[in-house]
Amino acid sequence: MELLLVILVGVLYSSGIYMMLRRSMVKLLIGIILLGNGVNILIFLMSGITKGKAPIIPADQTGFMGAYADPIPQALILTAIVISFALTAFALVLLKKAYTLTGTDDLDSLNIQDLDI
Amino acid sequence: MTTNFILAPIIVHFITAIILLCFWKKVLAQKIISVIGNSIAFILCVKLFELTLTNDYLVLQTGNWKAPFGITFISDTLSAIMVLLTGIVSLAVGIYSTSALNVSRIRFGYFFTFHLLIMGLLGAFLTGDIFNLYVWFEVVIISSFILMTVGGKKMQMEGAIKYVTMNILASSIFLTAIGILYGITGSLNIADIALKIQEVENKGLVTVTSLLFFVGFGIKSAIFPLYFWLPSSYHTTPSAIAAIFGGLLTKMGVYAMIRVFTIIFVPDNFTTILFIVIAVLTMLTGALGTLNKKNIRRILSYLIVCHIGYLIAGVGLYTELAFTAIIFYLIHDVIVKSNMFMITGVIVKIRESVDMTRLGSLLKDYPKFSMLAALVFLSLVGIPPLSGFWPKILLLKESFVQGNYVLLLTLILASFVTLFVIIRMWIEIFWKESPKPLTEEMDHFAPMPKSGKFALIAPIVFLTVVSLFIGFGANSIFKISEKAAYELKHKEIYIDAVMKTNT
Amino acid sequence: MKKRENNIRPKLDTIILKTATNYLLPLLIMFSLFVLIRGHYLSGGGFVGGLIASIAFVLHSFAYNTKRTISLFRFRPLYLIPMGLSLSLFSGLLPFLISKPFMTSIWFLDSVAVIGAFGSALLFDLGVYLVVIGVVLTIIFTISENV
Repeated sequence: MELLLVILVGVLYSSGIYMMLRRSMVKLLIGIILLGNGVNILIFLMSGITKGKAPIIPADQTGFMGAYADPIPQALILTAIVISFALTAFALVLLKKAYTLTGTDDLDSLNIQDLDI
Repeated sequence: MTTNFILAPIIVHFITAIILLCFWKKVLAQKIISVIGNSIAFILCVKLFELTLTNDYLVLQTGNWKAPFGITFISDTLSAIMVLLTGIVSLAVGIYSTSALNVSRIRFGYFFTFHLLIMGLLGAFLTGDIFNLYVWFEVVIISSFILMTVGGKKMQMEGAIKYVTMNILASSIFLTAIGILYGITGSLNIADIALKIQEVENKGLVTVTSLLFFVGFGIKSAIFPLYFWLPSSYHTTPSAIAAIFGGLLTKMGVYAMIRVFTIIFVPDNFTTILFIVIAVLTMLTGALGTLNKKNIRRILSYLIVCHIGYLIAGVGLYTELAFTAIIFYLIHDVIVKSNMFMITGVIVKIRESVDMTRLGSLLKDYPKFSMLAALVFLSLVGIPPLSGFWPKILLLKESFVQGNYVLLLTLILASFVTLFVIIRMWIEIFWKESPKPLTEEMDHFAPMPKSGKFALIAPIVFLTVVSLFIGFGANSIFKISEKAAYELKHKEIYIDAVMKTNT
Repeated sequence: MKKRENNIRPKLDTIILKTATNYLLPLLIMFSLFVLIRGHYLSGGGFVGGLIASIAFVLHSFAYNTKRTISLFRFRPLYLIPMGLSLSLFSGLLPFLISKPFMTSIWFLDSVAVIGAFGSALLFDLGVYLVVIGVVLTIIFTISENV
């Protein structure tokens, strides 16, 4: 299972960065989304995958009994998901605006400024 | 000392933002509320700085959770300096924006976003938790995205796409680094990580993680080869926004870099050499970039890149004196760069252009403003009694003592290029005869009401006075920087401060 | 040409969806409140609850149209954001009264019928709930108006 996730992380990172390097705006957005998901799975993986209970102490006990899942990575991932949701929504609107202004999906056409000295 | 007061400036900006949200589209109310909020926050920032200096550090364990488990907020000398600078710049730019910005921009929530941005900056400077640092970074970049793109023209979109993409990439890399760091140490508290990372056996993995942090922060602070988004986006924004971006945003990356590479990681030989090489290349490319530009905002953008190189060089030297120099430089740079961008805003108001070839004879028409601008220009260059001189000379001395002659030469070269560019700007904008006949309609500054003029000029005067104080009161600034540098080099102080104050 | 434009955006005009939405909207909002309160010890909480509630409104705007959904609110959903933010901030500031650090949880009463234990954490969650509804609806309505 862990090996599978490691491969998945690798695939997500590489395809995400590959997509970001393409010339199309939509592919750029897809790349950003894939990269974000890759990071989330990486965090999930780094805590070590344990089979255990939810990290909540039952009412009649004072401490954890047996194996329990590490809650921190899940909290981190939730936060990261929320943030990447906001970023993706923003990037979507931005790219749409840029598309309506320039009328093209080609990122190379957005290089006018660096040409002028 | 444990105190809730550490959060006061953050909360004030947050409350101001909430109140502004209730006054959506009411322009005058927004301006008044924002200025009041900024003033209160400024006073609290000064108070926080004072308290930190007298108590060495302030710590807060939020939620009453003991140190490695909860989110810690800590204000040591470096944080306090950054908070004070943020307070000063946000007050100045906040007042400046009331008059400099378009009404439509204010209607679309400029001030709301502005306060969120400042809140994010303050949070990033005060937090003692690496993931919390990430969250504050995100608050800052989302706010900066909005500020950059609202009212988008084609040119702005172009810069914004680069800016957004690079910053999202930087955040992903930063988050990856945090994930790996959590995997190898099992902690997120910066002080706790610093303790646990010494026991990690796989030193190679630690170095890789540290370089991931370096790349992540490097994109945000615009180092060579990751800087190109900055010169193509900063000059497209209105001057008030560019003042905040140029003054504080890139410095946030440098602050995070200084923090991470002193407390968590101790750079090995390879990393310090990498830092120096990157610093040299950043200075060279930034300096060379300024030479063929005609747009003064673009020149300033390249100067930001160039001067980031100074700061990275100090981290690369990794001695106490070098840290003193770059903290001093940071103080000077934040104030002066913000001021420079605000001055370009006034120039646009007067002449409708930021193109050097189309400007001229400002000295004849506006002698007082020109003298003010001259003071700021010369502070940036570092003519002796003014603020830029002392940190530069310290950094030169330190690189000479360390025997790093390539760095020494580059520093001198970059300083000369800065001098050359600034003098050229001065001659082209203020001295030479205006190339085209001036008409009354071009000048949007003269017909402004008195209050509008005051709101434009007062912040510039305020920041100039601050930078004069940095220059003439260099002794006290040096002492504070020295204290901050001492704390950075002796990380036990920071770690003890966090781990031992468990309330 | 005009015909084509109409073809691009087919209207989702079905009586089944409309009738179902009339019953689903209150049900979904009740479910979102349930998830919000459940969030103390079980999976759930303000964020998920807020998302469910906003999805209920999105469903409503699918069935009818965006204007009709906005008219369900007495004020613009944008104003839910400052309300939620100030509620969350207030819950964080409460411990200042008993000079404890920011965001320390305070439990007011032992237990309340239906809700169970009631504390500052629930207030915080309620704030998050409102903010999420406000943000999601603002984003979706803005995008759908511009498309």
